[in-house]
Amino acid sequence: MQIQTLDGGFATPPVDAAHAFRAIMTAMAQPGTIVTLAGAVPPAPVSVAAGVALLTLCDPETPLFLGAAQDNPGFRDWITFHCGAPFVTAGLAHFAYGTWDALPLDGFALGSSEYPDRSATLIVELPELTNSGAVLRGPGIKDQAHLSLPDVAMFQRNAALFPRGLDFIFTCGDRLAALPRSTRVG
Amino acid sequence: MYVAVKGGERAIDNAHAWLAEERRGDLAVPELTVAQIREQMALAVNRVMAEGSLYDPDLAALAIKQARGDLIEAIFLIRAYRTTLPRFGASLPVDTGAMACDRRVSATFKDAPGGQVLGPTFDYTHRLLDFKLAADGEAGQVAEAAPLHGPTPHIMGFLDRENLIQPEPAGETTPPDLTREPLELPASRALRLQALTRADEGFTLGMAYSTQRGYARNHAFVAELRIGAVAVEMEIPELGFSIEIGEITLTECETVNQFQGSKTQPPQFTRGYGLVFGMTERKAISMALVDRALRWAELGEDNLGAPAQDEEFVLYHCDNIQATGFLEHIKLPHYVDFQSELELIRKLRRDAQQMQEAAE
Amino acid sequence: MKEYNFAYLDEQTKRMIRRAILKGLAIPGYQVPFASREMPMPYGWGTGGVQVSAAVLTPDDTLKVIDQGADDTTNAVSIRRFFQRTAGVDVTEKTGEASVIQTRHRIPEQALREGQIIVYQVPIPEPLRFLEPSEVETRKMHALEDYGLMHVKLYEDISQHGDIATAYAYPVKVEGRYVMDPSPIPKFDNPKLDMAAIQLFGAGREQRIYALPPYTKVVSLDFDDYPFQPTKADHACALCGSTTSYLDELITDDAGGRMFICSDTDYCATRVEDAA
Repeated sequence: MQIQTLDGGFATPPVDAAHAFRAIMTAMAQPGTIVTLAGAVPPAPVSVAAGVALLTLCDPETPLFLGAAQDNPGFRDWITFHCGAPFVTAGLAHFAYGTWDALPLDGFALGSSEYPDRSATLIVELPELTNSGAVLRGPGIKDQAHLSLPDVAMFQRNAALFPRGLDFIFTCGDRLAALPRSTRVG
Repeated sequence: MYVAVKGGERAIDNAHAWLAEERRGDLAVPELTVAQIREQMALAVNRVMAEGSLYDPDLAALAIKQARGDLIEAIFLIRAYRTTLPRFGASLPVDTGAMACDRRVSATFKDAPGGQVLGPTFDYTHRLLDFKLAADGEAGQVAEAAPLHGPTPHIMGFLDRENLIQPEPAGETTPPDLTREPLELPASRALRLQALTRADEGFTLGMAYSTQRGYARNHAFVAELRIGAVAVEMEIPELGFSIEIGEITLTECETVNQFQGSKTQPPQFTRGYGLVFGMTERKAISMALVDRALRWAELGEDNLGAPAQDEEFVLYHCDNIQATGFLEHIKLPHYVDFQSELELIRKLRRDAQQMQEAAE
Repeated sequence: MKEYNFAYLDEQTKRMIRRAILKGLAIPGYQVPFASREMPMPYGWGTGGVQVSAAVLTPDDTLKVIDQGADDTTNAVSIRRFFQRTAGVDVTEKTGEASVIQTRHRIPEQALREGQIIVYQVPIPEPLRFLEPSEVETRKMHALEDYGLMHVKLYEDISQHGDIATAYAYPVKVEGRYVMDPSPIPKFDNPKLDMAAIQLFGAGREQRIYALPPYTKVVSLDFDDYPFQPTKADHACALCGSTTSYLDELITDDAGGRMFICSDTDYCATRVEDAA
């Protein structure tokens, strides 16, 4: 096991995870809001924000899918050591991490109408993340918000499935935003 | 001028101090030790371990002491403690066939390999208060025999070999964990048994009794009731083999039930199963009866609408920690809800009166 | 308290609760099942709220705990102390100074703002439970958006009593989709459910978490000819004189004497101080 694998976790897990979760929760509760995260240093090129999100949300109880471009032994070892999340195919995943192109969007669990919560949450690494572009409306948004989404039609289709559907967490550097299925994208 | 009641903090502190004083009781009477409770109140300790889902006689005894003998309160203390403990892993399934039996009785066969062993039972005691115990509780000489060696075969096995009883092959899947996942219905039998083994003894007894009296009657024979110690083993991945990490006492009850056959099953005997921590035979027998009643769907029996057949009813109401908490919470202030009801009832009465007056 | 983890729960339990909270926020009004843990206080006494609070608190938070609107009721005191001991957070009675508010049966009178979090203790999260006792059945009803039973109940109330006979835990519809139990708050508080703060609901014994993001559209169920009406005692507070706050009724003697005072103790005390 390489030194790199052991490094980069939370220094004080209960406190670091508490701060990180509050930021992620704020992002999920207020779609379009960009928060800043710190506390984890995953192996490059994985962003700090994605690393923090994985450490905060994933553990042995959450099967994880890695996009092909992000799936390498070094990153797997890091996940295994710090989260213990088992690696699975897209259909079985509770969480997924990857760049937009690397994630098979049709392959993830959408939840059932009785249990819409049994769906995947996708952590998507983006080259940029700003409050510009697509218009967001819905729960958590006072009037409207803007977010630089990688696609529009896909998110419209996803919202149309409500209450089923995927939830998205976008990361870029140390910044993070979220787009739950409840958000209407225009 | 009215001043709002304050002082919740002081009231709580004082209540706690008073409670501690009451717990100790008369200082002229020697204090109970945890070891005394563990050794001399063993059946109370067993119940606390079973329904607290934690096999630790010393902690159970401590909880009984702290709870002033209120067993549900003691079970609550154990549950709250248990939930903070880290999980190192899961043990292998225990082998009750290899149990060192202190007690083993069958109501279906007069004798069987391994024999009948009465063990330390109340069964044939005359329930007369023993006033000697008030003065002197020392036990007399007890006859001893050489311990039985080797596995004691399950009596069910004899029926199994004749294909007279519905088979129960070993499953491959890891059963879900009631304490780590939210209860989901319909529940598997494994999940139901998990809930029943830590269910309130009184609730389980009442449910079982109701099946005997005709609410989803399914006459049960106790094929075997055994109590004794079994080894707990754990697989250590680093070693590549399993090691024994300790020994626990269990009560196991297997019942044989009449079954006329159904649309889907031929006539054969069916099973009920109870397995509980410690020497807890009333609970284990009750559990087996309730287990059998809950199996109506898989055996293609009719749902008679009996409480013991209703999985939701049984599983949602069998846990005494959930039940007692919610029951007792009605002691908490409900000023706000009550006030809103008060206003509503006044308004409804006012409206009704006005309607009546208008009609007159 | 060194024997226990920050905010009492172990990290894996907190992650499980945190994941349920995120799902709840993503599906407003939907009850997310979670593996509620035994807490060191009884089920029915706020274990759901306590677990949710434990999962969201950071050491930088300022916590307010109220029961029936009051900071000094015994169970509120007990829960506040629990978090002082296990999370070392600052506590306050001031609604405006709190970053996290755990409540039983009330929403504070002072409007909550963005960035605040209110955590409700919920006894029975299922709004359809008293109409249909089976969880399997009510889950189907939510899935099919079949709320006919609820409308029949409300309609029967009107035909029988001339009014909807629900005074607290008055059901709401969230974003036109899920019918939700707002916890046993008086219906007077229902209009406040449309708010700028994050609302989290925890039901420990029933193993459910649900949530309302800020500005979520929450509508109390009613009929066109019987519109929803928030009600309160038709009096002014005997202490602060407020005519707009929810009031507790106190019996002052055994000859029918009574007085009305604010249920929200911080709101009332602040008004008394400001007037002095």
